[in-house]
Amino acid sequence: MTAAPSPEVLRAPLVVEFPFTRSLGPVQSAFLTGLRERTVLGVRTGDGTILVPPVEYDPVTADEIRDLVEVAPTGTVTTWAWNASPRRGQPLTTPFAWVLVKLDGADTALLHVLDAPGPDAVHSGQRVRIRWAAERTGAITDIACFEPYESESESEGAGGTAAPAHSGLFDDLVTGITAPARLDYVYSPGRAQTDYINALADRKTVGERCPSCAKVYVPPRGACPTCGVATTDRVEVGPAGTLTTYCIVNIKARGLDIEVPYVYGHIALDGAGLALHGRIGGIPYDQVRMGLRVEPVWTEGARFPDHYRPTGEPDADYDTYKELI
Amino acid sequence: MRDIAIVAFAQSDHLRRTDECSEVEMVMPVLHSVLAQTGLKTSDIGFTCSGSSDYLAGRAFSFTMTLDGVGAWPPISESHVEMDGAWALYEAWVKLLTGEADTALVYSYGKSSPGSVRDVLTRQLDPYYVAPLWPDSVALAALQAQALIDAGETDEPALAGVAARSRGDAADNPHAQLPGARPQGDYLVQPLRTGDCPPIGDGAAAVVLVAGDRARDLCERPAWIRGMDHRIEAHSLGVRDLTDSPSARLAAERAGAFERPVDTAELHAPFTSQEVVLRKALRLGDDVRVNPSGGALAANPVMAAGLIRLGEAAARIQRGESDRALAHATSGPCLQQNLVAVLEGEAQ
Ligand SMILES: [Zn+2]
Repeated sequence: MTAAPSPEVLRAPLVVEFPFTRSLGPVQSAFLTGLRERTVLGVRTGDGTILVPPVEYDPVTADEIRDLVEVAPTGTVTTWAWNASPRRGQPLTTPFAWVLVKLDGADTALLHVLDAPGPDAVHSGQRVRIRWAAERTGAITDIACFEPYESESESEGAGGTAAPAHSGLFDDLVTGITAPARLDYVYSPGRAQTDYINALADRKTVGERCPSCAKVYVPPRGACPTCGVATTDRVEVGPAGTLTTYCIVNIKARGLDIEVPYVYGHIALDGAGLALHGRIGGIPYDQVRMGLRVEPVWTEGARFPDHYRPTGEPDADYDTYKELI
Repeated sequence: MRDIAIVAFAQSDHLRRTDECSEVEMVMPVLHSVLAQTGLKTSDIGFTCSGSSDYLAGRAFSFTMTLDGVGAWPPISESHVEMDGAWALYEAWVKLLTGEADTALVYSYGKSSPGSVRDVLTRQLDPYYVAPLWPDSVALAALQAQALIDAGETDEPALAGVAARSRGDAADNPHAQLPGARPQGDYLVQPLRTGDCPPIGDGAAAVVLVAGDRARDLCERPAWIRGMDHRIEAHSLGVRDLTDSPSARLAAERAGAFERPVDTAELHAPFTSQEVVLRKALRLGDDVRVNPSGGALAANPVMAAGLIRLGEAAARIQRGESDRALAHATSGPCLQQNLVAVLEGEAQ
């Protein structure tokens, strides 16, 4: 037993990426289909306020609202922020302004971006108009961006009866969106798991002993969940162990080149206070049994055992592993 | 209603990176500290509640790992909020109010260092109209700051003053990530400069809540929670008046903040401009000591920074430096959600 050294912790890129697919309700469907057709729709609340972008429930009263209206593709900037360094996924790759734009006929503002040469060319109260994307699919990005638009401010009072009603009906309604999301991380497993992984590179399995209850955790995570204290005493366990329980897998997983049926089991390595899991090989699946003594089989260059095979020793007595099942 | 107090508070040092620590390794010393302050053992805790976010960690159910640090075996009564720990504290407070438990351990943590927190926070936005544009947290705060400037509520020198005062106060806070005043720097997203924005970092915090007279046994001067409330505003930014925070004002009113003056306010304002909004919404005069800890501009471990405001306010009462303090936590873009608690110490 030695105090755990503190080598450089391991780090590796971790990319979490998923295409969120979402269905749309009647109002969102009409709005996004409208964008595809270069038509901007809002929704009128019970008190006559026109919300753009539209929602299905009144943010004040929570009443269901379905009363669609058409507003103009021109509007006024209500607030802005200059973004000199565009980030991945943002609508423009050149410096731009984030803007909230109150479209003519609307009472609320839409978040988007404004293509402008620099911050001196942007101000609140500025008149802007939509620049449509060349290819439109029924998404907020069908608005490529806003662009400055030289005109007098809309003289008509916003909202009220200025905006004409719209049926919301289009051919081929957009009923769903796919919103790709990608986040990049650099994962570090921390000190305890770094020690464990580094030891595996030398074909050794190490755990950590709880100073309070003396249980040896494999793999170690740095804490004893029973005692709530740090586990800092490093202990080498195995290499052999006892199969405490197992199952027979009959369904072949995609991309896995292991023939079924095969056995997957819990293995209590000698000296460990809990079992880890792994595949059992080198023995016909129907001869595997609890108490079987097994040892790891390493393949060239692998960072963990490929599987465990029988050592040939007599089976372990049930009482020696019953606490580890 | 039962009287409930914060009797202990601990926080980690807040650091830009903590690669050598897993989440549980970061949280455990903080848990041990609050237990040691009270003399309580894990088995004395009636309810445990935590706050964190899988999106910061990039892993599903990441909070379960930190349960190893509280000694969750044999089984304990436990809950988790996918929010700042201030909301976990709210849940624990309600649990104690109902009489279901007499003591509660509340903790929260956030490691922003593995990912890009500006990008990560875009995933909490409206997925139909807003998130596909990837407006990052600084950009949204900058829209709010410009709205305030246009309305004449503040200007860039005043914002720089908020930054300098906060980080100056943080010089006395040994846990702060950015102690001491520093240059405002260049624009990150105009009108916000680097100095107007919070540091990105990792950290954890924990508090212990106790009901009734037992609090006096465990703490010389408990910080009694006189009221707590949280409110939310419309999801769509364009519907809201970004220069105001009606949800913070309503939460403060329901928490009893306006019944008598407070002497201290710990505000969760990660951006300088948000302090301007909150001071007005919460009716804080110039005589109120705002963020003596340095606030979120000095250390902003996402998901713990709000709980730290409650802890810092309570600690100030325990030290006798405050008699009635307001603690505030926020979540979401541009102060979308706000929690307010009023804490009091008994006459000294
Ligand atoms: Zn233990």
